[in-house]
Amino acid sequence: MNYLNRHIRTTFILPSLIFVIAMMIVPILYTSYLSLHVWSGSARRAPEFVGLSNYERLFTRDPRFGDAVARTFIFTGVAVGAELLLGLGIALLINGKFLGHNVVKTLILLPMVATPVAIGMAWLLLYEPNIGALNALLRALSLPPQDFLGNSTTALLWLAVVDIWQWTPLMALILLAGLAALPEEPYEAARVDGASTWQRFTKLTLPLLFPTIIAATLLRSIDALKTFDIIYTMTRGGPGFATETINTYGYIQAFEYFQLGQASSLLIVFFTLILGVSLFFIRFRRRWGTAL
Amino acid sequence: MTTNYAVPVPHSALSVQAVQRRRRQALLSALRYAAIAVVLFIFLAPFLWMLLSSFKTQVDITNTRNILNFTPTLENYENVFQQYEFLRYLLNSFAVAALSTLFSLILGLPAAYAIARFRLQWLGVILLTARIVPGITFLIPWFIIFSRLGLIGTLVPLILSHMLVGLPFIAWIMISFYEELPIELEEAAKIDGATPIGAFLRVALPLSMPGVITSGIVAFIFSWNNFMFSLVLADDRTRTLPIAIFNFLTYASVDWGGLMAAAVVITLPVLIITLFVQRYIIRGLTAGATKG
Repeated sequence: MNYLNRHIRTTFILPSLIFVIAMMIVPILYTSYLSLHVWSGSARRAPEFVGLSNYERLFTRDPRFGDAVARTFIFTGVAVGAELLLGLGIALLINGKFLGHNVVKTLILLPMVATPVAIGMAWLLLYEPNIGALNALLRALSLPPQDFLGNSTTALLWLAVVDIWQWTPLMALILLAGLAALPEEPYEAARVDGASTWQRFTKLTLPLLFPTIIAATLLRSIDALKTFDIIYTMTRGGPGFATETINTYGYIQAFEYFQLGQASSLLIVFFTLILGVSLFFIRFRRRWGTAL
Repeated sequence: MTTNYAVPVPHSALSVQAVQRRRRQALLSALRYAAIAVVLFIFLAPFLWMLLSSFKTQVDITNTRNILNFTPTLENYENVFQQYEFLRYLLNSFAVAALSTLFSLILGLPAAYAIARFRLQWLGVILLTARIVPGITFLIPWFIIFSRLGLIGTLVPLILSHMLVGLPFIAWIMISFYEELPIELEEAAKIDGATPIGAFLRVALPLSMPGVITSGIVAFIFSWNNFMFSLVLADDRTRTLPIAIFNFLTYASVDWGGLMAAAVVITLPVLIITLFVQRYIIRGLTAGATKG
């Protein structure tokens, strides 16, 4: 006990450190190792070393990978872009006092805490072409019914709609917290100078909110790039490969095809990509976040 | 009399303007409430549809003309619990979420405290990396290692893998909590004879209870909702609810009522927790984006 007290730093961080090394660092190293091998996971046949050929195949002979990368970015761009615009609108709408302010803030939390698989199921029923509520609504408005997830050109966008529904509230709440923390003096000065509501929004609110916007976009982009639950439960990457992203392709290659080496090389690329995007945002935020 | 009239004329002209302004403000406020109602409807409608469908027979679900004209039935819920062993999966989900949160707190709180007090930024960065790296990068090694150790089929791999989500999250929230905690209180305790560990347990920990509750609840929800890790690391008996529902879809894809009942069963606990502790959850989910 005395020893533990004298070395409190070690005592306090060692369990977490061992856990993170065992559960994160070792697996990443193991995945990197496997990415240089061909292996089906069999205990009888050891992994066979093939150098960088898994990576070479990924970039030169695997069109499914390139498509998955493009779809991952399209999905993220559409979803996060819409979430930012809608989230900003909702934040401005519910900013300030009104009757039922807290009730509204609580209720819009529900989509983002609800279990993604359950959300996927609920939206599958909404999107169902024959008995789904959305087509019933379209018919009632005399609009042509849609095939939603069955149509390979639009399926990815309808999946993005689910992501937008689920995560716009988070964007709104982060921006709402940002709005609440804005200083009041510039607004008083602007009012004295006779600035219009629109001018106050574009010249004051947006620039002052910019660091929060960047942080919220970063947070959402990292998670949107990694989206798995909604896509895998709703379409499994289909129809065909029309909604396959890096994450679902990696999963299918590893746990349905058991191409562990090939899958590992894909996952290492994915991992590097996510870290790269994060670092880019963090540096960007450091440069602009404090300047504005 | 005529001189008296001179005063009311400009006065009434003013009041016409004032009335107009008030009318415009009332209209704007009404528009604002209407917009808020529309926003709430959009975020809540899928839940209501899910709940409504879970009480419908297959025939009533198929009938999209009269969505509110049906006799509620509990048949779907009975099916879900009797035919698909949902109680077992419910208990698995609860055990995994509770234990992984508990262990994450036991490891994460001292680590967060040490990082805050001794400025161990490097460890903070490692924990943040765990939040950023795509979880699928670890899945192949985990699956192989846990299989070799004979642990697939127990709750151990599920608890450990969910901890890799919970622990970094808890530590991340608690670091800023402990940084804001005045160090004088702990120093006073040490002067009174407390050991460093005692100062943490009796002074810092009780004072940080709001943060512990916040991060604990969010970590519990993350684990409860987790799909990908459990999909690979659970077998027939250790399945958690999200996996059970997903399998339910693959072999009973037409039983929409049952599917929605299952979705309600998994979503309801999270929604109820959220309604009771919404303030904590907003803080937990938006943390990291609004400061730092």
